[in-house]
Amino acid sequence: MWSRQRGRLKPLCCGVEELRCRRREREAALRKARREQQLVSKRLLRDEALEEAEEGCVAMIFGEAEIQQFLRLAQRGTEEKEREGALVSLRRGLQRPETQQTFIRLEGSIRTLVGLLTSNQALLQLEAARCLHELSHSEQSAVVEACLPATSYLLTYLSGHSSDFISPHLTVLEALGYALSQLLQAKEAPEKIIPSVLGSTLPQHMLQLLQPGPKLNLGVAVEFAWCLHYIICSQVNNALLITQGALSTLGLLLLDLAGAVQRTEDAGLELLACPVFRCLSNLLTEAAAEAVGGQLQLRDERVVAALFILLQFLLQKQPSLLPEGLWLLNNLTANSPSFCTSLLSLDLIEPLLHLLSVSNVVSVLVLTVLCNVAEKGPAYCQRLWPGPLLSSLLDTLAFSDTEVVGQSLELLQLLFLYQPGAAQAFLQQSGLQALQRHEEVAQLQDRVHALQQTALHG
Amino acid sequence: MQLPPALHARLAGAPGSAEPLPVERDPAARTAPFRFAPRPVRFPREHDFFEEGDVQRHLYLQDVLTQVGGAPERPRVPEFTCQVAGCCQVFDALEDYEHHYHTLHRNVCSFCKRAFPSGHLLDTHILEWHDSLFQILAERQDMYQCLVEGCTEKFRTSRDRKEHLVMRHLYPVDFRFDKPRKSRGPVMPGAAEQVLAEAPGDDGVPSEVDAMEVCSEHVEPPPAPAGERRAYSHRIPSTICFGQGASRGFKRAKKRNKHQ
Repeated sequence: MWSRQRGRLKPLCCGVEELRCRRREREAALRKARREQQLVSKRLLRDEALEEAEEGCVAMIFGEAEIQQFLRLAQRGTEEKEREGALVSLRRGLQRPETQQTFIRLEGSIRTLVGLLTSNQALLQLEAARCLHELSHSEQSAVVEACLPATSYLLTYLSGHSSDFISPHLTVLEALGYALSQLLQAKEAPEKIIPSVLGSTLPQHMLQLLQPGPKLNLGVAVEFAWCLHYIICSQVNNALLITQGALSTLGLLLLDLAGAVQRTEDAGLELLACPVFRCLSNLLTEAAAEAVGGQLQLRDERVVAALFILLQFLLQKQPSLLPEGLWLLNNLTANSPSFCTSLLSLDLIEPLLHLLSVSNVVSVLVLTVLCNVAEKGPAYCQRLWPGPLLSSLLDTLAFSDTEVVGQSLELLQLLFLYQPGAAQAFLQQSGLQALQRHEEVAQLQDRVHALQQTALHG
Repeated sequence: MQLPPALHARLAGAPGSAEPLPVERDPAARTAPFRFAPRPVRFPREHDFFEEGDVQRHLYLQDVLTQVGGAPERPRVPEFTCQVAGCCQVFDALEDYEHHYHTLHRNVCSFCKRAFPSGHLLDTHILEWHDSLFQILAERQDMYQCLVEGCTEKFRTSRDRKEHLVMRHLYPVDFRFDKPRKSRGPVMPGAAEQVLAEAPGDDGVPSEVDAMEVCSEHVEPPPAPAGERRAYSHRIPSTICFGQGASRGFKRAKKRNKHQ
């Protein structure tokens, strides 16, 4: 379903320019919706999709008898087409909340659906996955919660097949992951749903599905990475996830992603990179992540190498995701002399500086990471000097964005403090003039004056 | 953004962490007005920082759902009926119709109206079913040609041929080539493969066969487990059923038993 169709172009009934225009409109609509706290609304997701896919096709409200009939046909019909057809009809009906309610209240309905999801008939599995899809769209939490107990079983069943993941299995897995991600996005998720998810075997299954290797499927991984993100950013019990090896699994996945990015032009990889960045970054803020001597920590410097390879990839494919990658870099380097040293020894300062022209947000993050390195003392500043750093800083001082300039000032101060000759070089490169233009800016003036003093008088 | 060449090698190299340079902080560093302190940052779900990534995620989902919500990518057209006389099947997708026509109407035996997936199979059928000379020759020599194009084996009986198809060419023991006369609904793309390997009982219609050889009335149960490959030969129908519900092109006095 997802995997097969990703990358396939829909027949172009309009020009490329029109498509780009439409995409920009959709993006704008989504941004607006998010700001209004409506992005989690499945209605938004569904309306757009429905409009395009099923114009003129009105979903019916089915009663108990009809639903039972469909389920019976699906389970015991003699012809595959007939069974499939029953599921298609059921799925259409499930677009209506009334039908959804009836469905979950009908005894054995979920059980039957689970049976079909584990059917040995590929097409039935696919249609059943679509039904699950519909249910997971429900605005009514009761409906979505009804599906939750099945998820564990399904994941167990599907994981059992991991040695021979065939296409329908992957599709069902993807549908499950998506359904779960919808569930976890619900407003009441942190109180009601996430605790029970964390108390089940689901997290272990999810982490298993995210393990790099020949069985890793991009579509499946994307859905479960987002699931993990919703769980983690809800801050319910991240320490538990860390004890289950989340940091090391996600770290290895990051390495795998960087490898994949080097090998292929697949534009879908940023869809996985984004939730992985988020999960890792948020987990790194947990006290458990800092626990000394644990194998559960993230310490491998290959993670830094991988991250830069991904940053380069994002710079070309999706620059708007650079901040998320740099956020991870910040969280990796903030309290880690080891990772800061890696940045220096792997020669990554210059590539980092290249990102300074992308956007203000990116610049602030880059400067913050550089500050993370510089604040660790003279041994670090020495390795930052000489090189392009000074001229980059003079450039950023010319920005008008207060935050960018502010962060530049912080970095300058650290350099002046720890690196002899830095202030001198700064003066020689007309640094004072660069500072002058910000003398009147409220948030900056104190720091500007302090730096002017240091530069002139040592 | 140029990355140092050694970086890729590092990624491919062994796990390990850098020996950290000595940390040595001067208290003057964090004195007012300067305030920088390194700290890992955490963002909750609704934070604006996530806006961009969320938007990209939703764009992707919208694309996916458009494809999922509708049928698998097939251009839809207004409903139309198959124009072949006697066929009233209705379609709303050209691909379905194409497949239907190809499967049920293209290679049709003019004698008995059975439909076949290919011209080759149709020819074989006509030869074996509607050619009186064939039957005469078949009594004296191997006339049943292997159905796989390119395989030159010939067999004495239809049953022997079937055994060969299963053993040598890995056909499923319950395969059939014909399609029943009554069409069943829009045929899925790829049903040509299904034609070759229909599971017993799948179409729910007992074979009303009046075959070239004696043919059992009921469909045989699924094949024996892999370890007993030869055992199946006692359980398969005594002939391949090439057609169904058809009239014979020429009359036979009685069912032939000789070639069992």
